[in-house]
Amino acid sequence: MTRTCLLLVLLLPIAGRAFAAKQSQADRGREVYQKWCTPCHGTGLGKPGTNAAAAHGLKPSVLEQRTDLAPKMIETAVRNGVYFMPRFRKTEISNADLTAIIAYLVHK
Amino acid sequence: MPSLPPGVIRKDFEDAIAQFQAVVGKEWVFTSDEDVDLYRDSYSPFWHEAEDPVPSAAVAPDGVEQVQQVVRIANKYKIPLWTVSTGKNLAYGGSAPRLSGSVVLDLKRMNRILEVNDRNHYALVEPGVSYFDLYRYIQEKGLNVFIDAPDPGWGSPMGNTLDRGGGHTPLRDHFSTLCGMEVVLASGDVVRTGMGALPNSHTWQQYRYGFGPYVDGIFTQSNYGIVTKMGVWLYPMPEMRFTGIVSVPKHDDLIPMVDTLSYLMNSNIVQGTTSVATSLRARARDPELIALRSKPGGATIPELEDYLRGKNLPYWSIELPFYGPTEVVPAQWAFAKRKFSAIPGVQFRDGASNRLPPSPEDLAKVANSVPLGAPSLAIFAALGPNGQGHIDLSPITPMTGEAVFELMDVFDKVLGEMGLENAYAVIAGTYYPRSFFFLFTFPIVHDVEKNRKTRAAFKRLVEVGAQHGWGEYRTHLAFMDDVANAYSFNNHALLRLHETLKDALDPNGILAPGKSGIWPKHMRKARA
Repeated sequence: MTRTCLLLVLLLPIAGRAFAAKQSQADRGREVYQKWCTPCHGTGLGKPGTNAAAAHGLKPSVLEQRTDLAPKMIETAVRNGVYFMPRFRKTEISNADLTAIIAYLVHK
Repeated sequence: MPSLPPGVIRKDFEDAIAQFQAVVGKEWVFTSDEDVDLYRDSYSPFWHEAEDPVPSAAVAPDGVEQVQQVVRIANKYKIPLWTVSTGKNLAYGGSAPRLSGSVVLDLKRMNRILEVNDRNHYALVEPGVSYFDLYRYIQEKGLNVFIDAPDPGWGSPMGNTLDRGGGHTPLRDHFSTLCGMEVVLASGDVVRTGMGALPNSHTWQQYRYGFGPYVDGIFTQSNYGIVTKMGVWLYPMPEMRFTGIVSVPKHDDLIPMVDTLSYLMNSNIVQGTTSVATSLRARARDPELIALRSKPGGATIPELEDYLRGKNLPYWSIELPFYGPTEVVPAQWAFAKRKFSAIPGVQFRDGASNRLPPSPEDLAKVANSVPLGAPSLAIFAALGPNGQGHIDLSPITPMTGEAVFELMDVFDKVLGEMGLENAYAVIAGTYYPRSFFFLFTFPIVHDVEKNRKTRAAFKRLVEVGAQHGWGEYRTHLAFMDDVANAYSFNNHALLRLHETLKDALDPNGILAPGKSGIWPKHMRKARA
């Protein structure tokens, strides 16, 4: 076994654990997203966040379908609000929840 | 660093913060600018102005014992506490305090649904439970109850009930669904009201009154205590919801139309929120109508009636909601049609019909699911894609056609002078029994000058409304003194009573100073 192979064998479990951690973070992010974000940003009728995004020409207008969301953009929206979307306090969406939402939206 | 509470020295404030941290944990006391800013009003009419209220800190307890300890510490250091439940009372202040420098007591973490009973149809909840939470809980457990949510579902049954909010279904007057409270007083003592005061009672959420004076009302729209548990009545799941639309051709037809509506609502035949619509508002931008109204002297009522007749449009219409068994609802609609048939030229049309509980497929087909018992945020679409916030003016009037004519005549003039003709959001709504509720929505924007004009218009309308006997049912922080001042019978006897209660229950004035215009003695300004 070459030194490179040995290194790969040693690193694979670490990479696997990192991937699993990221995945579990994204899974948790999906749950938090569904609770806090879907009522406004989901699909179907009566979703004002989705409607507003469409009116502003954002495509796709459903946040979960976007591939251009940056972590800072999500954080700023949640903590500062955007248009009629209010700020969210840490008793509503904790920093850990926010990180999970970002993991879900950015790394899904 | 956020500003200190008024009259509190830094050393005392820091000691109090350290003691709050010892009670709730450091993680749940927020003191940095970044964290405290999250409690500012997202729809503040004072955006970018010095008057925008900013808390000094926020504390988030997780149980009634922690609330008691926080209150005792606040009393020791005379620190004002401003309590919020879910903090989503947008248009009325959100999670911001009336008094800058207050510490926000954020009860969002107290989010336990303690009981939902579908044999006697009630729930017992903590402050941080949202309508969405309650709905999910009911869905997950398959319980046979129907909830009445206000328009935005992220509010709490407790907070909305305490602010005497309204919804859309048979239990839409939320204060009327209140059954039993647990309240932490300013002293730190805990009181249970109604049957909750009887230690072995099993009817805390079933019989409201207990024994002796009924005190629950004094803890609504007030600053006399911190409510930590509340019972709310729920509706047994009805089999269906149906709406029937009634239209009449002439201006004066509104008088018998409203009298009939009043009869049907007070008989519990029509059981939900509706409002009066006029085709003239829908056609407001029609050049023909604009020309008619622009002629010298304006349009006469017969001319407006002719205009609408020419378009085959009614002058007034009302969509009546019915909830109940599938055998009964058609009979209620038939009866309503018989009563309205006394008005010459009346027309009827079937509206929406839904089986309840609604299936996910049914919910996907409606723009706003709230009348079907499913909380939603759909109402925010009304702000438009560029909306930045709003405040609402909501005068209460008699449930008569004459009152509608008078209010629209008076307010149209004032709104016209101020260039706010489009402010009508609800004309003659039936959110509350026995009266009409008008809703005027004013946009809040990140523009100081525009917000100043909006505030001036709002205050003017409160004044003009009061001159005609129309009081606000609830208001934003910024207008609480104005609205309280309008309820002035006998040299403000009601406000003086409120202040007497305040002084007795909260002598240090630590609970929500300024809520509903009720200030502690040391902050009270001399009334003119």
